[in-house]
Amino acid sequence: MLIETGIPTPEDIQSVTPSEERFRKGPVAIAECFQKIPCNPCTKACVKQAIRVEPDINETPKIDYDVCNGCGACIARCPGLAIFVVDKTYGENEALVKLPFEFLPIPEAGQKACGLDRSGKELGWFRVEKVIPGGKKNMTYTICLAVPKELAMEVRNIRVGGYQNG
Amino acid sequence: MIKDTEILVIGGGPAGLCAASAAASLGAHVLLCERDYVPGGQLVKQTHKFFGSEKQYAGDRGIHIGQRLVEDVANNPNIEVLSEATVLGMYEDGIVTVLHDNRHLKIRPKKTIVATGAAEKFLAFPGNDLPGIYGAGAVQTLMNVAGVKPAEKVLMVGAGNIGLIVSYQLLQAGVEVAGVIEAAPHIGGYLVHASKLRRAGVPIRTRYTVKEAYGTDSLEGVVICQLDESWQPIPGTEENIPCDTLCLAVGLTPLTELCWQAGCDMAFIRELSGHVPIVDENLETSVPGIYAAGDVSGIEEASSAMVEGRLAGFSAAGALGYQPEKAKELCAAAADELRELRSGPTGAKIMAGLSKVAAKQKAEKGGACIC
Repeated sequence: MLIETGIPTPEDIQSVTPSEERFRKGPVAIAECFQKIPCNPCTKACVKQAIRVEPDINETPKIDYDVCNGCGACIARCPGLAIFVVDKTYGENEALVKLPFEFLPIPEAGQKACGLDRSGKELGWFRVEKVIPGGKKNMTYTICLAVPKELAMEVRNIRVGGYQNG
Repeated sequence: MIKDTEILVIGGGPAGLCAASAAASLGAHVLLCERDYVPGGQLVKQTHKFFGSEKQYAGDRGIHIGQRLVEDVANNPNIEVLSEATVLGMYEDGIVTVLHDNRHLKIRPKKTIVATGAAEKFLAFPGNDLPGIYGAGAVQTLMNVAGVKPAEKVLMVGAGNIGLIVSYQLLQAGVEVAGVIEAAPHIGGYLVHASKLRRAGVPIRTRYTVKEAYGTDSLEGVVICQLDESWQPIPGTEENIPCDTLCLAVGLTPLTELCWQAGCDMAFIRELSGHVPIVDENLETSVPGIYAAGDVSGIEEASSAMVEGRLAGFSAAGALGYQPEKAKELCAAAADELRELRSGPTGAKIMAGLSKVAAKQKAEKGGACIC
């Protein structure tokens, strides 16, 4: 149970996973935010207004997957670091996972980082495609990681440091 | 010499800063006393982003919110800030005494807003006096204010928001976190904070407590054990966790000494984490002219403390005759904001506590006995 371990259950994840049909259309944001807490900056982060927290601020966010284009602007804006973008159309065998990151050192594009699942378990070494700084005020980095397609819904963090070149 | 002031705000944390700005925005003159070197309260070490809505600066980091509130106060000509000023007493004749710059000041405010915040609770177990055992707040201060790496390897006790957040910040500072243990059956803090820690590899174990801490000159390790459904240790579940630091994040208790001394009606309300002053809808206590805002009247998130501060500030200024109509509207808007923040499941406990406060307040106003 999430409330005992901090790890969302497969059912929790299933409840926010877009359809395979939607995944085939390109990148999409997924909010792994399962608890009703008073919080709504994600709604302001989305220029397309694809994220709604309704009827009141305590509701969990609902992303309209038909409106979301997976731009990732919400990733660094979520105070709970609970939003990820998954692009299963990235390559033939690879998906792109964009995840929030707030540790030093920050990996560089082209390096490989050790990918972790929701329990911190190592899943392998994956190529960092891009690193997007959050800026002076936001300060949260977005790491874009190329992972095997079957791990697109598993990889949610990277291990800090020890990044491999090439 | 007695210094007269219209509104005295005691405490420069989120509630006090917002109270000062709110009251001054209506034209009142405010003196804010802060016992620390600089105002900002606990915001000065909150490096994480805050929850809530835009109105409470959600999405901004606590440190940045603190800077903004401190700047607002500093730039307001109606507000005088006295740092390193500890309020010592509030007396029947309305005089408030303050220790500042080695002098004993006497202040005579027309209204007083008590925003003294809270203190960390401690936990009783063998070995709890060993060096290396800290409140989580102390570790957070060492790390985020003083820039000192506080430990090599930490065990965190308490999976409320403070325990979860400080654990995450310890990881950011390069400290190993052996785990977070929690005596309750559930994680008490926001689950997104828990998930953040968990995917960084930190185990969170509910129904666990500290059996004992050991070490010769300082902490060398902690023995933890599992608790059964009636919170009793289960024999044979002991586990040894070697670590040089044990962090206690087992809750806060309101800092109410001044309210007691001022003669405010007080009540023990579990949901609000201790004895709290009984306040009305404008956050005025049973002593006319004394208001309470923020953690002093019940432990809650900083976002609520800010809004409570504003509510108390507008109330006090309005009561002094500064734009009373506008003050009333602003109070109503702040009350709505508070209702919204507290309306979800995570606000249920606070709401239950506040309804007890309201019941006691009404009973008292009606002259009925509440004992």
